[in-house]
Amino acid sequence: MSDTILEIKNINRTYRDEDNMVEALKDINFSIKEGEFVSIIGSSGCGKTTLLRLIAGLDKSQSGEILLHGKKITEPDPQRGYVFQQGSLFEWLTVENNIAAGLRARHIYKENRHKVSEYISLIGLNGFEKAYPHQISGGMAQRVAIARALINDPEILLLDEPMGALDSFTRADIQDKLLEIRKMNHATMILVTHDIDEALYLSDRIVIMTPRPGKISEVVDVNIPHPRHRGGTEFLAERRKLLERFHLAAAQPQPEYNI
Amino acid sequence: MSEAEKTKDDKPIKKKGNLKFILTIIFTISGFAAAITANLLIPQVSEKVKMEVYQFGPIDATMNNAYTWVLDTLIVLYTVIGVFSYFKKERRKKYRSRAPFRFAVGIALALWDFLGTKIQVLPQPFFPGPAGIIEAFLIEGDYIIQNTLYSLRLFSVGFLLGIIVGVGTGILIGWFPKVYYWVSPVLSITGVIPAVAWMPFALTLFPTPFSAAAFLIVICTWFPVASLTASGIKSTPKAKFEAARTLGGKTPYLVFHVAIPHAMPQIFTGIETANAFSFTTLVMAEMMGQPGGLGYYINAAKVWSAYYKVFAAIVVMAVLFSLITWLVGLIKSRVLRWQRGLLK
Ligand SMILES: Nc1ncnc2c1ncn2[C@@H]1O[C@H](COP(=O)(O)OP(=O)(O)O)[C@@H](O)[C@H]1O
Ligand SMILES: [Mg+2]
Repeated sequence: MSDTILEIKNINRTYRDEDNMVEALKDINFSIKEGEFVSIIGSSGCGKTTLLRLIAGLDKSQSGEILLHGKKITEPDPQRGYVFQQGSLFEWLTVENNIAAGLRARHIYKENRHKVSEYISLIGLNGFEKAYPHQISGGMAQRVAIARALINDPEILLLDEPMGALDSFTRADIQDKLLEIRKMNHATMILVTHDIDEALYLSDRIVIMTPRPGKISEVVDVNIPHPRHRGGTEFLAERRKLLERFHLAAAQPQPEYNI
Repeated sequence: MSEAEKTKDDKPIKKKGNLKFILTIIFTISGFAAAITANLLIPQVSEKVKMEVYQFGPIDATMNNAYTWVLDTLIVLYTVIGVFSYFKKERRKKYRSRAPFRFAVGIALALWDFLGTKIQVLPQPFFPGPAGIIEAFLIEGDYIIQNTLYSLRLFSVGFLLGIIVGVGTGILIGWFPKVYYWVSPVLSITGVIPAVAWMPFALTLFPTPFSAAAFLIVICTWFPVASLTASGIKSTPKAKFEAARTLGGKTPYLVFHVAIPHAMPQIFTGIETANAFSFTTLVMAEMMGQPGGLGYYINAAKVWSAYYKVFAAIVVMAVLFSLITWLVGLIKSRVLRWQRGLLK
């Protein structure tokens, strides 16, 4: 828990249409330590997905750079696993083949095929190996998406509201799964969420972003020891503090735009 | 899912239902039995019908004998299918729903036999009785088989080649915007021209009539397969490609493991459309300067006003094309099994 793994330096990302300009990210500077769990929260449209896509290498910024171990990120790599919000599974592949997709794409399936069943057990989907994505629930599908990213042993796992569309029981279930996985493989995780409780329950640090232009307004350390209890006094106290800062951040006067 | 399906199918079938289903089988075959009975019992009224005797090795047979054998075969066939369906609820349902139609076919055959052969009131030689059509097989069965095989060979070569070329170009058109720009207008212009219109060119360009006709079938298969493949590839959601890229997939993976599987349902729509086009092209091409094939056989029979032979060829076509369509459907449901339960 010391070395910097990821450095985000002076990132600007602007989307331009014919007569519209959106500053999705403006002057983003941030770094993340190895093994850290960082959550990014903020209202919708504040650039969370844009930032995550830049880290993944799926998008390019107009200025600034993102360094992984000091090396500039230019394209996607299985070292940076990405879990999409929903609907990213391959409908034509069974659960097990979706999970094995990364191994196949990297031509290392033969020597690693045993990992598939390990990850199926890890996400608790035994018995559903041969099911197709439309035959399983949304919660199961997201667990498959997580396993699919994890099978590549990524250094960093990027999660873009992976539980956004799920009910709260399923969500709590997957949250615990993520903590379990983290304990096991010590991966660095960056989670985009709009759920404050989720961020508090999981993270070492929480980044609060504000929109138009997309900016980091606050970075909050979460110093609650694990295991955390969602109803514990420490948790609730932190929650209150976070909410205050969040509202403060949201209440900052924003420049008016005529669209 | 497969568990659920099994339990649904294996639901105990009630005793009363068993008896009812056996009655359904009897009902199905009784139509054909009625047709046999009618053929045996009703005397030959019209004297214009000649009963030639044909020899099959040790067996002598008239067209009436052969006609009743065909009916016998149908009875055996539907009994076997009935017994086979007995054990599965889904199959029972299908069999039951087809029973009235199969019964009606038997009755229609009996009526047709009566009007076309026994009293022969249908205008001749345009409308022979069912036995008259079967006589064509007695006279020149091996010649019909020979022509059928010619058609089948021509169709297979043209259709398979057309699918390969169609899927190939479809992928290129769907994947490379440059290819789309230059090729898709050509595709949409040539695609609307009926393939047989190229026949005069094809006959001069290709060394044999067979290769010329195969070329036409390739053309008419190519168009729907290529355009639907291209549209399937182009419509692959960006999110799927991005997911694949974050998993370590490079361009070949994106093409062969993302875009093509995504396009597969549309590719099959193209193949099914092409299937119907190719039948038409096949028969028309055979009617224009082929040395064999069912189309050629129909033409030749027509010259001699042997309409019973024309009908015989039509029956063979119907059976052949149904089988091919069934086979295509079978392959489709196998390849697209991931869609099962998704549609409907
Ligand atoms: N491809 C795009 N083209 C144009 N504008 C975009 C695009 N992607 C995102 N934006 C805009 O950039 C801003 C930030 O988007 P996003 O990163 O998706 O926000 P968040 O994930 O925080 O909801 C939004 O105003 C959005 O409309
Ligand atoms: Mg988003």
